[in-house]
Amino acid sequence: MLLELDNITLAYGRIQALHGISLTVGEGEIVALIGANGAGKSTTMRAISGLRPVAQGKIRFDGADITKMRADLRVVRGVSQSPEGRGIFPGMTVRENLEMGAYTRRNRTEIDQDMQRVFDLFPRLKEREKQAGGTLSGGEQQMLAVGRALMSRPKLLLLDEPSMGLAPMLIQQIFDIIVEINQQGTTVLLVEQNAQQALSRAHRAYVLETGRIVKEGTGNDLLTDPAVKDAYLGVA
Amino acid sequence: MTEVAVTSEKPPAPKKQASRGGGGVRGWFGRQPVWVRAVVVLAATAAAFLLPYVGDVPVIGPQIVTNGVDWTSALFNMSYYVLLALGLNVVVGYAGLLDLGYVGFFAVGAYGTALLTSPDSILYSHTGWAWLAAAPFALALTMLAGLILGWPTLRLRGDYLAIVTLGFAEIIRIVATSTDTLRGDRGFTSIPHPPGSYSDGSPIFGVRDATPYFWLGLVVIILVILGVRNLDRSRVGRSWLAIREDEEAAEVMGVRTTKYKLWAFAIGAFIGGLGGVMFAGEQSFINSQTFVLQFSILVLAGVVMGGSGNIAGAILGGALISYIPDRLRGISFGGTDLYEYRFALFGIVIIVIMILRPQGLIPSRRRAMELKDREKEVAPSE
Repeated sequence: MLLELDNITLAYGRIQALHGISLTVGEGEIVALIGANGAGKSTTMRAISGLRPVAQGKIRFDGADITKMRADLRVVRGVSQSPEGRGIFPGMTVRENLEMGAYTRRNRTEIDQDMQRVFDLFPRLKEREKQAGGTLSGGEQQMLAVGRALMSRPKLLLLDEPSMGLAPMLIQQIFDIIVEINQQGTTVLLVEQNAQQALSRAHRAYVLETGRIVKEGTGNDLLTDPAVKDAYLGVA
Repeated sequence: MTEVAVTSEKPPAPKKQASRGGGGVRGWFGRQPVWVRAVVVLAATAAAFLLPYVGDVPVIGPQIVTNGVDWTSALFNMSYYVLLALGLNVVVGYAGLLDLGYVGFFAVGAYGTALLTSPDSILYSHTGWAWLAAAPFALALTMLAGLILGWPTLRLRGDYLAIVTLGFAEIIRIVATSTDTLRGDRGFTSIPHPPGSYSDGSPIFGVRDATPYFWLGLVVIILVILGVRNLDRSRVGRSWLAIREDEEAAEVMGVRTTKYKLWAFAIGAFIGGLGGVMFAGEQSFINSQTFVLQFSILVLAGVVMGGSGNIAGAILGGALISYIPDRLRGISFGGTDLYEYRFALFGIVIIVIMILRPQGLIPSRRRAMELKDREKEVAPSE
């Protein structure tokens, strides 16, 4: 297993956000976390990337216990997150944003190669290269957030709501690219409100409710599960 | 000596300047070839050193100099305000940490100097050092104060951080007022001046003419500018920028945010301490009345007014907050000295500037962009 969460609990002050989350992500997989607002999806991501310390439980990544590791060192080990709300640096240009993604790396040639790869994945970003991040449209910012997360050459890519606020066509496009990134060899864990898209693209998925995992299965299984259909897929 | 200044003013790499847009003086300046920029910077530096004689310039000169305050003293005041603005600019402008208690560091620098040099100090029998010998220790003490303030506040942001820093400065002032060691209102007297004497044996840094202090201030300012510029363009500056624009995103990029925030506090404190050490050396006397809250607010106003995140802006802002009140002194209006109304007038000036030019007089390009971005968040137009 590339990533393993073992009975993670986490609280914001006295409010318990996660009640013992256990999940695994295998190398090469796309795994989705779905659930309603406030179910603990983003909190789980924050626990994995180290933005939030966990109260109990263990997080193992790539053979090492990273439960107490600093966030910056997790990036070095290969965990990369595209944060909730995209987290674009508004005053930096597109190129500078991507450079920030490679903050922990030193090898110029490799960084330039990866920059090229991001521009190949998102030609739109190449066109906007010298434009400030804050001037991009929502869709472009999302592309930049994903591209930037790739710049650390991660083993595990954490995507928090990649479809948030995007037009339906763009959502399709972003998911196509996520699948492509995955096929190029990066493991993906993604959090999504858009359960339909997430489940149809992911290998496996977990359903979160009020800080607990209530269901897990392959994407297809969950897509056809009556309870999941009822709660998260609307009347489709 | 001038050669050094020229080379360090060059941009770090011959990157394409074509995209460097922006109107006004700043945009124009950015598009000029290196030698033009070097000449402009050198001319400005030379002009700054000649400021004490500006009163001799016919017609314009008398309009510029302060009437109610000795002009060279006013210039020295400007120099340490500029220094403080440059230091606070690192904390607020670069790292984006709102510090309302910056006067605390100024105070620590001044008190550190006083404790090690003044005959009123309880340490006098052991130390009683010269000003120059005390300076490094006073500065080390301020940096330590910066870390002490920075450490517990690392997790705090925005308003919360502002309140704690406010408290920090007040604690220092109250401790200075009420502890015997720091002598409250009585203060410390006979703090020695900086060293050096002319060939006839009279000291360079005396009490009658503040010009040498102003020049010393300028030299320190130039060194600080060079240091701060280099930092801003290094990995440290990049990290500050990322923290300021989005701290959480910076963290997931792998920026060790706690470390760089502490750096910002320590460097800001160091520069503020420099101001305090110089202040103590010129005044020769300090007491707890000097280090009031107003002072912090004023310097912060200077940074914001000048253009937060931009060195030129901080210099202009710092100079103005000192110059405007000093210039008002001695001008009477309806029987009262305008100096009495300095804070009211000042408030009006700041409000007008903030309405017309919220990014500051000489804005940083990035800051302007961030500001626009924040407006979008408040009122989404899409």
